[in-house]
Amino acid sequence: MNAVPAESPRSSLKILQRPKAETGLWSWITTTDHKKIGVMYFLATMVFFVIAGVEALLLRIQLAVPENDFLSPDVYNQLYTMHGITMVFFVGIPLGASFFNYIMPLQIGARDVAFPRLNAFSFWVFCAAGIFMYSGVLLGGLPNGGWFNYAPLSTTVGPDVSGYTVGGGSAELGTQVHMGRMLLYSIGLQIAGIATLASAINFIVTILNLRAPGMTLMRMPIFVWMTLVVAFLLLFAIPVIGIALWQLMFDVRFGANFFNPAAGGDPVLWQHMFWLFGHPEVYILILPAFGIISEIIPTFSRKPIFGYTAMVFAGVAIGFLGWGVWAHHMFAVGMGPVANTAFALTTMFIAVPTGVKIFNWIGTMWGGKLRLTTAMLFAVGAVAMFTIGGLSGVTHSVVPSNYQQTDSYYVVAHFHYVLFGGLVFGALGGVYYWYPKVTGRLMNETLGRTNFWTLMLGFNLTFGLMHFVGLWGMPRRIDTYAAGFGWDLLNLIITVGAFIIAGSVLLLIINMASSLRRGQIAGDDPWDARTIEWMTSSPPAHYNFKEVPQISARDELWHRKHAVSEQGDYVRVPAGGAGTVVIHDPDTDIHMPDPSFYPALAAVGMPIMGWALFTSGTGMIVLLAVGCVITVGALFAWAFEPMAEEGH
Amino acid sequence: MSDADDLEHADHPDSSQYIVIGIILAVFTAIEVAISFAAVPGEIAVPALIILTVLKFLLVVMWFMHLRFDSGWFRRLFVFGLGVALAIYAATISLMLYAGAATQA
Amino acid sequence: MAEVTTAEASEEAHATSLGLSNEKLAMWTLLGSECLFFGALISAYLIYYTNYNGQPEISPALFDIPFTSVSTFVLLMSSLGMVLALSAIQRGDDRGFRIWILATAIMGSVFLSGQIYEFTVFVNEGMRLDTSPFTSSFYVMTGFHGIHVTVGVLMLITLWARSMTGKLTSEHSDVVENIGLYWHFVDIVWIVIFTAVYLVPYEQVGA
Repeated sequence: MNAVPAESPRSSLKILQRPKAETGLWSWITTTDHKKIGVMYFLATMVFFVIAGVEALLLRIQLAVPENDFLSPDVYNQLYTMHGITMVFFVGIPLGASFFNYIMPLQIGARDVAFPRLNAFSFWVFCAAGIFMYSGVLLGGLPNGGWFNYAPLSTTVGPDVSGYTVGGGSAELGTQVHMGRMLLYSIGLQIAGIATLASAINFIVTILNLRAPGMTLMRMPIFVWMTLVVAFLLLFAIPVIGIALWQLMFDVRFGANFFNPAAGGDPVLWQHMFWLFGHPEVYILILPAFGIISEIIPTFSRKPIFGYTAMVFAGVAIGFLGWGVWAHHMFAVGMGPVANTAFALTTMFIAVPTGVKIFNWIGTMWGGKLRLTTAMLFAVGAVAMFTIGGLSGVTHSVVPSNYQQTDSYYVVAHFHYVLFGGLVFGALGGVYYWYPKVTGRLMNETLGRTNFWTLMLGFNLTFGLMHFVGLWGMPRRIDTYAAGFGWDLLNLIITVGAFIIAGSVLLLIINMASSLRRGQIAGDDPWDARTIEWMTSSPPAHYNFKEVPQISARDELWHRKHAVSEQGDYVRVPAGGAGTVVIHDPDTDIHMPDPSFYPALAAVGMPIMGWALFTSGTGMIVLLAVGCVITVGALFAWAFEPMAEEGH
Repeated sequence: MSDADDLEHADHPDSSQYIVIGIILAVFTAIEVAISFAAVPGEIAVPALIILTVLKFLLVVMWFMHLRFDSGWFRRLFVFGLGVALAIYAATISLMLYAGAATQA
Repeated sequence: MAEVTTAEASEEAHATSLGLSNEKLAMWTLLGSECLFFGALISAYLIYYTNYNGQPEISPALFDIPFTSVSTFVLLMSSLGMVLALSAIQRGDDRGFRIWILATAIMGSVFLSGQIYEFTVFVNEGMRLDTSPFTSSFYVMTGFHGIHVTVGVLMLITLWARSMTGKLTSEHSDVVENIGLYWHFVDIVWIVIFTAVYLVPYEQVGA
């Protein structure tokens, strides 16, 4: 779509030249290669995962014994809030994005995503959002209103909680601190939302438009289907929270009255807007893991996925029904019996397509030749743990029971089973499964199994016991508790479990780092897999496939490796039997997108505009203008950037 | 660009049709403003205004944005977003204004 | 088989799975998403339009309907200008394109000026962002729309400048078409806002 100037590239403005570095730091900053961006997403996610994990450990140290004063109430509030925000917005969503980025184009036989520079832009904006969010460390504190940041706690600064600790007793300073924290929340998540929205559009167009010849929608791997569903959920859910955050920003910074009951605003509107986003968000987090599991289980069962069509439609059905259940987060708000009943019913309905998926995974394994590699262990573990989380979820849908459970540790147990048990276990399965494709080397299986079993132990100790303390009355989000409620011993064990999890994550990091050099060489297809990302080299060349494969079946690679014998059985054909002919020199004949400086530069302006709102008067206007000029200027330069090499 | 695009544009309306649609839009707007000024009773005015607005919306989307003449994929993507928006916001407004013990004064 | 499948790398080939341009598909996807953005703002207004925070004199009765009708009409006609510009560039009529695209940009700017004037008048009459939920939802909604119009006007002026320097010709009519889609969308949002906010006789409907 660019207007390509007729003159030679050298004569065009210097500022518009394409970067040329192919290795080193600049090659990563300017890359538009979906694989490099996928790797960067993964590494950034791991950094945030460790940060949020350390926050969780601090929380658990505080709660290990009753009446502990390891953390002050204010610090405790900031830590649990940032743990939630980081895990959801800076680990969960980008972890999905890292797998989508790396794997999805390979699975559909594309050379890259539809808009490579937009893809880089998404990544850098996501990083900018993370840096902005954590800049609160230097700006008077991090958000402290919980990850759903209910109004009017977020909008009103009454007798301020932060005033007496941070403001040193000064109400005015306390108000400033509170406002700053809420601005970090609202603007930080808006910036993250821009990144997510851009990548959602990118993935939708890529999947619809860049499939290899013969790859019909119903031949796409389940993982690609789940990418598509997640992208649509993001496309429609991000705007809802985006507007709510936009309104919150006006409330806290400019005195608007959307959620301020003192001026007639309605805090329940925030709850509706938040959960209209928040519930689809749950599926945004878990469906990538479902996709990964649906790739691992058939490979290690040596069977095609059981009920492919049902799997696809169950995924799509979850995507639709996910829009009709949000108010089950608000049963205790007082919406009345009719609304509560309606949302209880839709919530029970959504268990049906989820159940379909679980039974299909079991059906896939049934009668298969199972190979219990680490990847398979994680996938099966994810199915089992997610099922437990799903069942406690069904108990939430029963309104009278929900009244008892809401805001207790039972809820914390539930969503950690779904998200840690489902998303993290599933994603780690994906890490072990695709690591050889990304690096060319296998991860250590012995360390891997230890990683799995210690994680399984630590996870169940930690979150399994939370069901009990929750049902025994322990509320979530309290910074300490009195002795003698019967919670003491369990809390101590939970803290021990949390440290076992931390040790297990350390094993994972050691395994990933050491396998990079010492792992066994993987080859193109170490798992005898079924989908076409295993047809290309490990790691894939920057153009992915020398020859874009012609697709004639689901599980294309498996069909290429096998033929039907006279008895009607599948028999393996010799390697290279369905070989492809290389007709060109890929380095010169395949035109790949050029690297660019501007996506990263455009991202730089956004946090500057955000920080502007921390100041006032002329300073604010100047900072806003600076940020705006950087971002808009970079976008203009991006739009008119020439190709690196012309004339072919 | 290439042939594909020429085909895409082949059955688009020409300028004179655009102008006719522009005139219709102007007339509809005039009727809307007139309804608003003529103190028409609310039971008639509100449905009439809604119908006129929907018609204007459709005229712009179908003709000016060529949705009528373009690939069904574009229509699906747009209608999907519009449909989700109408459904969830209608539900939210009803819940906020009418459900149970609303907190609104 | 050697087609380039990434959009940006391709001047020559658009061998996409659906046979549609990536950019146009992305634009319609974005517009589907924008429905949710504006839907949220309009919903907040519909929830709050009777909520005056004890100041019933600051209500929709302040709206100057003749004035807004004129600026609405201008925005509506800018959509007509946009299609005529597109149709001109598709025919290869560069002169016609420049006239119409500039006319569209000017009409958009007139609308924006009208909005700024309107906001100024309202504020002078005591209707401020922090007066009541009604005023908050009004300003934030129409302001968000105004930002969209501003972005649109910037893009239209850029198109005009590119055409004046000869860098935008009928070969790039797809760019014009996509920006046009955005512009029309901003227009239909205003069609809805104009009715929902200005025209519906709230004194009969509301409490």
